[in-house]
Order: sequence, then C-alpha cells, then structure tokens
Amino acid sequence: MACSARGALWVRLLGAAAIFVAALCCSGSALAADGDFEAALKALAQATDENVTQAVELLGAVHDDPRVLGVLQALQSDNLLLSDSGHVFIRNSAGAFVDAASGAPKGGEATRQTVVDNSVRRVLVPLMARLELDAADPAVRLEAVEQLAVRASDEDAVALRAALEHEKTSSVQRAIVSALAELDLASADPQRRLAAIDAVESFGAARFRPKLRALTVRSDDGTYAEPDPRVRARAESALGRLDRKQMIVSAAADVLYGMSTGSILLLCALGLAITFGLMRVINMAHGEMLMIGAYATYETQVFFHAHLAAYESLYLVAAIPVALITTMAVGAVLERAVIRFLYGRPLETLLATYGLSLLLIQTVRSIFGAQNVAVENPPWLSGGAEIFEGVVIPYNRVAVVLFSGLVVTFVGYVLRGTSLGLRVRAVTQNRPMAACMGISTSRVDTWTFALGSGVGGLGGVALSQLGNVGPELGQSYIIDSFLVVVLGGVGKLIGSVVAAFGLGILNKLLEPIAGAVLGKIVVLLVVVLVIQKRPQGLFAQRVRGMESA
Amino acid sequence: MRSPVGLRALRHADVFLVVTVCAAVAVAIPLLNVELPETSALRPSDFLVTLVGKLTCYAIVAVAMDLVWGYAGILSLCHGLFFALGGYAMGMYLMRSIGTEGMYRSALPDFMVFLDWKELPWYWHGFEHFTFAIAMALLAPAAVAYVFGFFAFRSRIGGVYFSIITQALTFAAMLLFFRNNTGFGGNNGLTDFKRILGYSLREPSTRAVLCAASGAGLAVSYGLCRAITSSRAGRVLRAMRDAELKVRFCGYDPIAYKLFAWTLSAMLCGLAGALYVPQVGIINPSEMQPSSSVEIAIWVAVGGRGTLAGAILGALVVNGAKSWLTVAFPTAWLYFLGTLFVTVTLLVPGGLLQALGSIGNLRHLKARFIRSAESKGTAETAQPTDAAHPEPP
Repeated sequence: MACSARGALWVRLLGAAAIFVAALCCSGSALAADGDFEAALKALAQATDENVTQAVELLGAVHDDPRVLGVLQALQSDNLLLSDSGHVFIRNSAGAFVDAASGAPKGGEATRQTVVDNSVRRVLVPLMARLELDAADPAVRLEAVEQLAVRASDEDAVALRAALEHEKTSSVQRAIVSALAELDLASADPQRRLAAIDAVESFGAARFRPKLRALTVRSDDGTYAEPDPRVRARAESALGRLDRKQMIVSAAADVLYGMSTGSILLLCALGLAITFGLMRVINMAHGEMLMIGAYATYETQVFFHAHLAAYESLYLVAAIPVALITTMAVGAVLERAVIRFLYGRPLETLLATYGLSLLLIQTVRSIFGAQNVAVENPPWLSGGAEIFEGVVIPYNRVAVVLFSGLVVTFVGYVLRGTSLGLRVRAVTQNRPMAACMGISTSRVDTWTFALGSGVGGLGGVALSQLGNVGPELGQSYIIDSFLVVVLGGVGKLIGSVVAAFGLGILNKLLEPIAGAVLGKIVVLLVVVLVIQKRPQGLFAQRVRGMESA
Repeated sequence: MRSPVGLRALRHADVFLVVTVCAAVAVAIPLLNVELPETSALRPSDFLVTLVGKLTCYAIVAVAMDLVWGYAGILSLCHGLFFALGGYAMGMYLMRSIGTEGMYRSALPDFMVFLDWKELPWYWHGFEHFTFAIAMALLAPAAVAYVFGFFAFRSRIGGVYFSIITQALTFAAMLLFFRNNTGFGGNNGLTDFKRILGYSLREPSTRAVLCAASGAGLAVSYGLCRAITSSRAGRVLRAMRDAELKVRFCGYDPIAYKLFAWTLSAMLCGLAGALYVPQVGIINPSEMQPSSSVEIAIWVAVGGRGTLAGAILGALVVNGAKSWLTVAFPTAWLYFLGTLFVTVTLLVPGGLLQALGSIGNLRHLKARFIRSAESKGTAETAQPTDAAHPEPP
C-alpha cells in the first residue's frame, strides 16, 4: 500500500480523537456501543502508542466475547499486528497471523507492532485476569485470582464475587475468598470488615495475621487503627483461634517431616538391623553400602541417558534392582573374604569393617573422583504438594516414606515368608540346632549378610534422591543408623522401625526449640537414658542368659 | 582374648624398649637439637623434634587406650574426644596468653572479637593461669568420662554397644564444637598461639622442651599404667575383660574397676592433648572426628593389645607411616590404613610386638608355626558350631 506518511498521520490523529471521545464516554453507553467487539478492535488498530491504554479499556468493556482475551493475550506477548485500515491480526498457534475478528489470514497489508509499556500493562493485566476468571482450566483461574488479589479495584471485587458464585474448584474458591477478604478488610463498611474477618478465620490464612494484628493495635495517642469496637473484638478472637490452629498445623507438619526423616533413618538402619541385629556382626562398612547403592543409581541414570533416553524418567525404577544386586554382591564378597573369619569377635569385626569402609571409600573416590556426582530427580518426583497452608511436602520425601514401607515389607516377607528367611531365623536363634538340621550355616551367613547389604543399597537409592552423592555419603548416616538399631533392640525389625520414626520425629520436634546440633545431642542423651532403663533396646527379645551380645 | 605368648621372651625387653624410647624423646633428641651446632650431621632437625614430640603424644593416647581396651576390654571410640578436650584446655590457655597481640589488638581472643562478643564467656575464666589450664586438661576429660562411664557401666552397657555409643558421643561433641556459638572458635578452632609460660612457641628451644615434656609425659603414663596393670587391680581388670560375670559373682564390683580405668585413661588422653596442641599450634573440632578415635584403636591393635609397649610401638609405627605416606603417596594412605585395619585384625591379632617377639626368639619359632596353625583353626571354628557339623552335600 502506497500510503504516504502524511496520510498515515491523519488517520492516526483521527483515531486518537475517536478514542479520546470513546474514553470520555467509556462508562456510558454512547460511542462504540459498549460491547461492540469490532468497533473496539478498530479503535485498537488505529491507536497510537500513547492511547493504547484507552483502546484496551474499550476492549475490556466488551461483554461475553471470548475473542477479547485472545487479543489481549496476543497484545501482552507481542504477537499482535495492527493495520491502519482497522484490522488487528494475532499470531495463532501455527505461527501465522490471522484477523482477530474474522479469523481470515493476513493479506499483504502494511502492519505495525504496538508498544506495551507499563501504563498499558497496568490496565491490561487485571483486565486479562478478570476475563481469565471464566477460563476452563482451574490453574488459569487460580492464577487470575492471584493476579487480581495484588491490587484489586472495586470492579475486580464485583468480578470476583461473580466468579465465586459459579466456582467449583476448592483451591480457586479459597483463593477468591482470600482475595475478597483482603479487599473487604480495607472497606469502609464495618459489616463488610466483620464478614471479612469471619472469612479469614474460616479458611485460616496465615498471611492475614499481620493485618488482623494491625486492626487491634492501639496507637500512641490512644486511638485505634480500627474505629469499630465490634470489629476489634472480632479480630482479637479470630487471631487467638488462628494462633491455635497455627500451632496444631505446625506440630502436624513437624510430625510429617519427622516421619520423612525417620523413614530415611529406617532405610539406612534396616540393613544394619539384619547384619547387626540378627547376625551380631557390627558392620562399620554399612554406610558404604548406602554409598554404593547411590552410585549404582547414578550409573543407571548415566546408562539410561546414553542408551535408553526415551525411558529416562524411569531410570529410578531400574536402579532399584541394580543397586540391590550390586550391593548384595559386594556384601557377599566382603563376608566371604573377611567377615566370616571374625565371627564371635565383635570388636575386631568393628575395626576390620572400618578398614573395609576406608578401602571402599577410597576405591569409589579413585573411580568416580572425590567430587559429588549429580543424580537428578525424575520429573515425577520433583515438586511437592501443599498439604496445609505453608506446609509443602516434597514428592521425593513422600516417595521415600512409601519406599521405606515397601522395603520393610520386602524384608519382612523375605524373613517370614521365604525358605531363606526360615533358615536365617533358625540360624540366628539357635545355630547348633540349625546346623544339626542340615542347614549350611555358613552359606546362610553369607546370604544374610548379602541381604543386609542389599537393603543398605536400597537405602542408597533413596538417599540419592534426597541429597548429594559422594564417596563420603555413608559416613554421615552410619552413626545415626547404629543408634537406631541400638535403641530399637537387636533381633526384632519392629524395634528398628519404631526407633527410627521415634528418633526422626523427636529430632524434628527438637530442632525448632534447641537448634539442629543441640537437638542431636539431646537425642543422644535420650538414647543413653533409654538404654539405662532397657539395656537391650526397646524391643529386645527376652533371653534367660545373663551374657548377651 | 589371646594372651600374648610371644611376649614372654620380651618380658624385660619391652620395658627396655619403652625406657629407650622415653629417654630418646625426653632427653637425647631435645638435648642434641639444642646443644649441637646447626651444621652437625648428628643434630636432629627442628622438624624432627616437633614430629617426634607429636608422635609421643599419640603414644600416650595409645597407652591410655590400651589400658581400657587391652586390659579392661572396653573398646572406646571417644578417646579422640578426650584428647581434643585436653587440647582445647591448653589451647584456651595459649589463646589467653596471646594477650593483646592478636589481629584485633583486643584482650579477647580474635574469634570472639570477630563474633562481636563483648566479654569472656564464664567458662573461659581462669584459663589465663597455666596451672588451672593443665588441671582442666586433666579434669574436663575425666569429668566427661566419669559421668558417661557411670551411666554406661551401671546399666551394663558393654562390648560393641559401648563402642557405638561412645562414637555417637564423639560425633555429637564434634557438632557442638563446630558451632561458633559454643565459644571455642567454631570451625577454625583455636590457633595463632604466640607463647607458653612467656616463652615464644617459635623458638626451637621451646619446642625442644615441649618434646622433652612429651617424653616425660609418656614415661609417667607408661609407669602409671604398668603399675596398675601389674597390680591386683590390673588382674581384676583382666579377669573382667575375659569373664565379667564370673568376676562379679566372686564379689568384685566391676563398675568401680572399669570406671577407675576408664576415667584415668581419659585423663591421660587429656594430658596428651595438652602436650600436643602447643607443638602443632592448632586445635580444632576435626580432632573429634569419629574416624580419628577409630584410628587410635588401630594403633593399639597394630602394636599389640594388652601390652603397653606394643601400644607405644603401634602408635609410633602407624603415625610415622602416616606422616611419610600422606606426603609421599597421598592417595595411598587410605588404602594403606584400610588394609592395615583388615590385615591386623585377620592375620596378626597379637600385633607387631608379639610377631617380633616370636621372630626374635628362635626357640619360639616352632611354637609360632603351631600357633599360627591353631589360629587358622580357630578362625574356621569362630562360628564354633560349624566345625562340628560338616556342610550337607
């Protein structure tokens, strides 16, 4: 089109005048006939950079036209072209520009982009949010509500109330109620403020506490920020109830986090409960079984990345048997090569296995390097679920709790439901008698030790999802694991389970009071004191002999 | 527990060995270092003097460890903690004696200025006096050991349970000392010492005296432990180690004997720590790492458990090897240490001294072969009942 510069200027000026008039009568029903989508588009198309804002407001006045949102979104994301002839083109999903009104593809018209500056955005964002309140996707609605809650006007309040009427999703409902309460708290009508406090109390949003507190505060000159005494009293009682609720929620959260810590402890200690608890072999190299399990996970991830990229997110599932078999093999080799010569000499076993742990650490260090290796969470384990307001449980923690349950079941099944388990229990309960019955006790020993090591390897798979994987991974868990087994009592797996969760939860409850380090020390003291009362641990098997362990 | 048979040949040789070591460390090396001219080929270097002083401190710890492990059968994994406590007590004296010469020119130790503390915490008072610091170096570990031991022995925690709990204690203490707020310099610990009793720590002569003091400390510790182990109390300790119940049924109170040996052992460790810190010039929480306590046990195992001379020998050999290997082959050190742990416990449970004793005496050569055949046999019958029941086809 051979439109001269002067011509374009004229058109623009005209457009500007039209929009100016339109803006003046915006709230009325005169020009552009409120709700006329085409007219609003035309105004937008002909708007200069200075009066895009008015054009956007004009579009916002259009009722019940789904196309409006598309135009606004395109405007915000710079996917909009304007032509002086009054057409607006938006880029569709295929990347081509189509006419916003008719959907016809763009011809050869000369078009220009428009500048979305902050003044435009200030109008655009709440407008889009208000429109998005009707979106089909709850996530979009939620985001819209949050968008509006930031700086809501009275119009937004009307829109929010309307949206609340037909809102079905509870999370969006909560967000709307919260946004409305925020508005109402600032309202001049005491009744509205009272209602807002009620609403705040019923859904218990912790972030309102400073606001409620502000309502009850008395300033230096004796006046209250809140003039109405009824509202003040209501705010007081709501605050008290919120505080109590908060306490319960945080205690519950501590217990949940403690369970997650406890299940990690359990995974680390379960293998020990087998080797130490059943066989009385004090295996200081058990931490290295965790480490080897974690490295096996890493290797599986590397293998999947290189050869099975399509199934990469499933590498963790494959890592479980890989780690189990690897660590079982390592455990069996250690038992055959070293530990079987040391049965009945627990202190020597302690030293020899400590030496083994040094050897394993140094070997892994020379193979993989002293640096930590990166084990990534698969996508289905990243992120977390918000169970209470402000209490987010990461999915990997949930997975560890479930996994530890699975492992306990697995170990319980092996010991209770298989013939190997039968032999293991026979040998640990009465070795001479088991041998008389034709059980090869040394073979059972190897298998038991391999099983304990393998369970340690499974713990390593879990640990690889929670923290760094390095040669010294096991060292940080071994002491706690031994405490768990000592506290729980040898010979019974249930003791380890109870002790692990008990110590985990105790640790988490103490942490906010005493700090992490003092908490650990208190936990140690508790263990020492419990052992005073029950020297054989919480769930020791009753024995008649005086010599034990 | 095996009795060190080979030692019979060394009954007096072991005393001779220890006296030689103590005399060398306490008299000969420091004296030669100070008196001989720099150019003399016979003069031990300053580096050697400090190294020997350090090794001697380790030897004191090994003697202390042997008293509880070799004679009383208590495998402690917190001797590193007692050692560090003694070291911290001495370190606090050394910090206080810096005076206002620290980096911040304040009467307070530098790390306190750095933490913006205005006055000394209460537990730092008194450490400006040398005698008080020495007393604390002995009493602080003794107090910890006594309280801990009282509760542990009372509830008859023994064997590996005791080891595990002592290890947890060490770990907890390490975490505690790593905190800045605990008031012992956190991560960095106490360092930058200037002088002891007014003598500069940089002076070779001061170092020679410290080395001599370590030698004297070793002599005292050895004499004390030897006196105890060869007394009636020592016999009760050994009897308890081998059959605690029988000893108790004979009317002895094992708790009192154990507690005595245990607390004394902790005090000796504290002494060693106090001698160690001025020579190396730093004390920090890494001395409390659980691994260093386990290492102490391996010194004793290498040298020969239940023989005080063996413990000293083990400490000197292992730590000598460590100072050489960590410089010459840094990566090989852990392999070496790990292999040492495994081979000593598997193959030479009697330790170096026993092996030397049997080699040194030709009359015992035959007996040694018989014994090694026996010990092979016992290794196989260690699961006692297995040998009686051949494996099924």
